[in-house]
Amino acid sequence: MTDIGLGRSRVDRDRLLRLLQDYGVHLGVAVLLLVNIAFTPHFLSAENFRTQAVQVAPVLIVALGMALAIGSEGVDLSVGSVMALSTSLLSLYLGYGMWIALIVAVLGGVAVGVANGALVAFIGVQPIVATLALMVAGRGLALVLLPQLKDVRDPTMASLGSGDVLGVPYLVLIAAALALLVAFVVRRTTFGRQLLAIGDSRPAAKLAGLPVRRVLILVYVCSGALAAIAGVLATARLTASDPTSLGTLMELSAITAVVVGGTPLSGGRVRVGGTVAGAVLIQLLTATLIKHDLPPSWTQIAQAVVIILAVYAARERGRR
Amino acid sequence: MPALPVRSAEVLSVAGLSKTFPGVRALDGVDFTARAGEVHALIGENGAGKSTLIKVLTGVYRPDPPTAAGTGVLTYDGSEVEFATPLEAQHAGISTIYQEVNLVPLMSVARNLFLGREPRGRLGLIDFRRMHREADTALRGLGMRVDVRRPLRELGVGAQQMVALARAVSVEARVVIMDEPTSSLEPREVATLFGVIRMLRERGIAVIYVSHRLDELYEVCDTVTVLRDGKAVHTGPIAALDQLRLVSLMLGREIGDVREEGLTKFSGGHDAEAEPVLRAAELTVRHLLRSVSLTVRPGEVVGLGGLLGSGRSETAKAIAGALPPDSGRVVVAGVPVRTGSTPAAIRAGVSLLPEDRKAEGIVPGLSVRENIALAALPGLSRFGLVDEARVDRVVDTFMKRLHIKASGPHQKVGELSGGNQQKVLLARWLAMNPKVLLLDEPTRGIDVGAKAEVQKLIDELAGDGLGVLLISSDMEELIEGSDRVVVLKDGAVVEELGGDAVTEDRLLRAIAAAPAAPTHSPSAAPSDSPDARDAPGDDQAPGDDHD
Repeated sequence: MTDIGLGRSRVDRDRLLRLLQDYGVHLGVAVLLLVNIAFTPHFLSAENFRTQAVQVAPVLIVALGMALAIGSEGVDLSVGSVMALSTSLLSLYLGYGMWIALIVAVLGGVAVGVANGALVAFIGVQPIVATLALMVAGRGLALVLLPQLKDVRDPTMASLGSGDVLGVPYLVLIAAALALLVAFVVRRTTFGRQLLAIGDSRPAAKLAGLPVRRVLILVYVCSGALAAIAGVLATARLTASDPTSLGTLMELSAITAVVVGGTPLSGGRVRVGGTVAGAVLIQLLTATLIKHDLPPSWTQIAQAVVIILAVYAARERGRR
Repeated sequence: MPALPVRSAEVLSVAGLSKTFPGVRALDGVDFTARAGEVHALIGENGAGKSTLIKVLTGVYRPDPPTAAGTGVLTYDGSEVEFATPLEAQHAGISTIYQEVNLVPLMSVARNLFLGREPRGRLGLIDFRRMHREADTALRGLGMRVDVRRPLRELGVGAQQMVALARAVSVEARVVIMDEPTSSLEPREVATLFGVIRMLRERGIAVIYVSHRLDELYEVCDTVTVLRDGKAVHTGPIAALDQLRLVSLMLGREIGDVREEGLTKFSGGHDAEAEPVLRAAELTVRHLLRSVSLTVRPGEVVGLGGLLGSGRSETAKAIAGALPPDSGRVVVAGVPVRTGSTPAAIRAGVSLLPEDRKAEGIVPGLSVRENIALAALPGLSRFGLVDEARVDRVVDTFMKRLHIKASGPHQKVGELSGGNQQKVLLARWLAMNPKVLLLDEPTRGIDVGAKAEVQKLIDELAGDGLGVLLISSDMEELIEGSDRVVVLKDGAVVEELGGDAVTEDRLLRAIAAAPAAPTHSPSAAPSDSPDARDAPGDDQAPGDDHD
């Protein structure tokens, strides 16, 4: 619709708001970087950047899958438990060789994704409920397979966790490659287009003859596989499998990254770049507060403020 | 037919009532009076203002401020009133039973009956024993036997409706408003309902009865008010009007002075001898369709005529696989199509332009380009990757051919005008090279210019050999646009008009004619009991033919 009849200031305000919604998260990252460069000692060092990037990589990978789920007007709460499941499977199968263990761990995530997708697509369970069930079941299964913490003494795994290429850690490279892959899938594939259509208007997508069930199952399979990869990478970095604590509250961090990155919870849109920035923003926020010796509780409060800001901006858009 | 009693006391009335929404005048100077002991039918087509009038009477909407003395005010029981909320209207004694039951599904039948006015014992606690006893008595009074302790949702929709009715009757109501009460009832339940309505009449309660089933009105109503385009065009005893007159009042068409429209109709280049491209046989959907059969030949535009709720949209949806039929067959170009599957129907070459364009047609947040390419995407892809160049070509072709006005292919469809949205949907289907187009109200809510363009396009498409099934509430469009018209009533085909018989006069007569079969679904076994009939919610109509 045109803006005829609206005051000029109103139009400007709308445009500003839209810019802020689309690029606010990048702006936030830039501001935090500048603040830290100015006020945090030793912030501007390659070592520090490496540490930050390695820490954010697993969260980012999980958030990519979450962005797909949210884009389809769903959500995946089982991602943290999938990480735990994948670390358990990895430990159990490491004796057969690293690659076999990796494949089994990712297949575990795929299996959880199939279960989530089937519950959502065929039985019509609300995504939040279906994935909640798998969140509980997944963690339980992980603990049955591996009841306690176990060291991972595999040299290849260790180098996956701490190695680098020209100073860029493997973890960061893998996360970046996956982000590019997901962006490509969303933009260039039939699956990506169908996912967005289903997320925006399920009845219309159905009447247009889209394979709604197949797409939904694939969405949760992607999310499960990505979470499993994140679990493997986290295990490699820690050189230990700890199904009790690995990935706890990861679903919330991932949702936060996605939402702060400007992907609306109402579906129909997936912003991969925004999700990357959202994950980085939260990582930087946490790091900033820790480096300035503020207690962890402050981090949580700061995160809450960021979430509320992001949701407020999204709400303004929804009303127009 | 009940003899009309001496005009009894006015209970609820409005005079010169108007209600304006931004851009729409929903009610325009309506006079309406409900009298004690009188069953007053309120009828009209989609958008006539029935729902708005009811909502004003029940305090959901506030009427426009009066323009002159004595206009736009509600008179209830002899004095002027203003209902600020639905609750105030309820407390004053106006009960409403909506089409969709709005009770609390998880609570027991008895609790639903007494919600908000539970009998209290000592300490102010609910006296369950008394509540259950009284609930049982109230329902028995309506000929219903059911364990009142069961949760409401375990009952069938019909039974739930009876509970809603019992609730309306048991509060000391003076006016009972029923909005399409029979749409989900079995014949036996309808008989019970009519019994209750007669009982209400004898008790001196004013009943306002909204229904699309004309036969029912004659059975149970005394007076009728016909609304059209927000105006009350007729009020009087229903016995004085025959169905033909009623239909022509609703549609705003006079019988007798109907022009011969046959000369100007679309020049479909169809061959009357050609094999039908679409053959639907005996499509039956519980409560909605009864054995609907029709054929469409290549190059032919077949209109679906009938009133609101006659099953036109449902017929289209059943053919397109969006509404799974209980029985019946769909054959496209000689090949049977699996029913109940949209992808199967689309693969066979059937495309549906749905009535609810915004909710079921467009994907508002996606661009014009993505919307046009949506259905054809698999064919425009290779190994799951979209061939952008081919998409661009297709989108460009159709945006030009259909004159889609947008700032560009990347504008969001939600931002376009209704006419352009409709063209985008047409483009989506034409990109699939369909054999049959099912068009459900293709020109509703779009401006005059776009309307003419869409009509011309339909003509062209038929000229290219497509089979078109056209649903339209616009009589002129239907008559002028169709080669043949299949007339539906209460979910069944009552007549088929072809050639010179496609005239308004004939169409009105067909709609008003007595139905070919019993009013209600024959698929219902007579042994069905109202209390444990079916799984809750399984017969909710897709609701797109109701306003």
